[in-house]
Amino acid sequence: METIAEKQATITEEFAFFDDWMDKYNHLIELGKNLPLIAEEHKTEENIIKGCQSRVWLHAAQNDGKLFFTADSDAIITKGIIALMVEVFSGHNPEEILAADTKFIDDIGLKEHLSPTRANGLVSMIKQMKFYALAFANKN
Amino acid sequence: MHTQSITIQEQIHRIREQFPILKQTVNGKPLVYFDNAASSQKPQVVIDAISKYYETINSNVHRGVHKLSQLATDAFEAARKTIQTHINARESGEVILTKGCTESINLVAHGFAWSILRPGDEVLVSALEHHSNIVPWQMACERSGAKLRVIPMDHRGVLDMVTFAAALNARTKLVAVNHISNALGTVNPIAEIIEKAHAVGAAVLIDGAQGAPHTSIDVQSLDVDFYTISGHKAYGPTGVGILYGKREWLEKLPPYQGGGEMIATVTFEKSTYADIPHKFEAGTPNIAGMIGLGAAFTFINETGIATIAAIENALLQYATEKLQEVPGVKIYGTAPEKASVLSFLVEGVHPYDLGTLLDQMGIAVRTGHHCTQPIMDFFDIPGTVRASFACYNTFEEIDTFVAAVKRACAMLL
Repeated sequence: METIAEKQATITEEFAFFDDWMDKYNHLIELGKNLPLIAEEHKTEENIIKGCQSRVWLHAAQNDGKLFFTADSDAIITKGIIALMVEVFSGHNPEEILAADTKFIDDIGLKEHLSPTRANGLVSMIKQMKFYALAFANKN
Repeated sequence: MHTQSITIQEQIHRIREQFPILKQTVNGKPLVYFDNAASSQKPQVVIDAISKYYETINSNVHRGVHKLSQLATDAFEAARKTIQTHINARESGEVILTKGCTESINLVAHGFAWSILRPGDEVLVSALEHHSNIVPWQMACERSGAKLRVIPMDHRGVLDMVTFAAALNARTKLVAVNHISNALGTVNPIAEIIEKAHAVGAAVLIDGAQGAPHTSIDVQSLDVDFYTISGHKAYGPTGVGILYGKREWLEKLPPYQGGGEMIATVTFEKSTYADIPHKFEAGTPNIAGMIGLGAAFTFINETGIATIAAIENALLQYATEKLQEVPGVKIYGTAPEKASVLSFLVEGVHPYDLGTLLDQMGIAVRTGHHCTQPIMDFFDIPGTVRASFACYNTFEEIDTFVAAVKRACAMLL
């Protein structure tokens, strides 16, 4: 199992492969299209992340001490960004998630290419994932 | 290919040259600026007027006896005069400087809540309004016990004038409607609205945020009670706007803010207020902004509002036809009378995704609810993509835009 840092490095490498931002967006869109579906019962009002312009649902469950995230959005680029976050954080224990940075977002240049509203949405998404980690850490 | 007359293309070219910002590239592509309904770009004459003010005559107005203050006051009042002439107000005192349409509407709503509206009175707004022409009236109604009623629209974005006429009654104190809808582009029949409202003794406020940049305004022939203008949407600077009000109304309404400039005499027992417009202009005004706004209206007059309207109508018509080439496209706002706004969605495509990819291709559009959530609720959609045109946009830019929409949709679907 790769560490969170290793996963981030892999994603950064993948994005570096594309010179043009239209191609990077195309990659994000493909990731969004391939994001595994969230269970319908988790697409609830209370799982909607506040602060996102498009609707984003995020759910976390614990299995064998590790957290697994599922998510969805009505906007496909947002879904691509979610797919990155889910890939990075899923399968790790809460302490690892709480300690992790999200350096890859700056490394791939994503933040500067997002509109301010979308960048805020991304921050909210990371916060919410860490919040889940904190909640499960306390429960454990 | 477009088959527009050479004359229109030449006119656009001459206008476009006056806007320095349009010469740049964005994300490596020539900028295509189609977000004019949110804020228009500024011609060189407006930028120069502001710089020249700071370089040569900056000082406070209406106070000093010194030379610079006199020159600044003259330039400030000359700008007011230019706007008075442009909208054909009876006197320059009826032209109040504000921060923009939002403040203009709040000023009137505040005054109505304080001294006109009583419990049981009614205020009518339309289903097409921007939040800034809804929320101030909700607040005024909450404070005064008056009731807010809504003129409905149909699926084209046309107001239901029969229901409007039926809703008017002796309790209706004010009707607030926009001249042109920022979300759908509908040009509202404001002359008819004013006439019918006056017949029951109601005052009328027209939100001219989108009206002023696109069409001529004659407040006397309209007989409108209040007309609001946003400077930055009409080629002027940000942070300035106009409230036109009839003298009789402006005398009736209480001051909006207290301070310097707006008083005649002050003692600790009581202050008396200055005559209009100063009664509503407490504190040092945005002098540079007002001078810039004067230059913007001079630009509009010299270009000719008829020329501006003809160019924008040709652009809108061309873009509307051309956009139909995109499979699954649906245009929101199909009123027979429209100006300069093209709001749309493509089936299966989220407006934010489309807006993001268009931005990557150097095209600035607005996506979202355009501060008109009730309109989005009416159509049951999260928002639209809105392309809005100004007189410096070209037919080639529309070709680029439509090709970019097709490319983005191919990626997203």
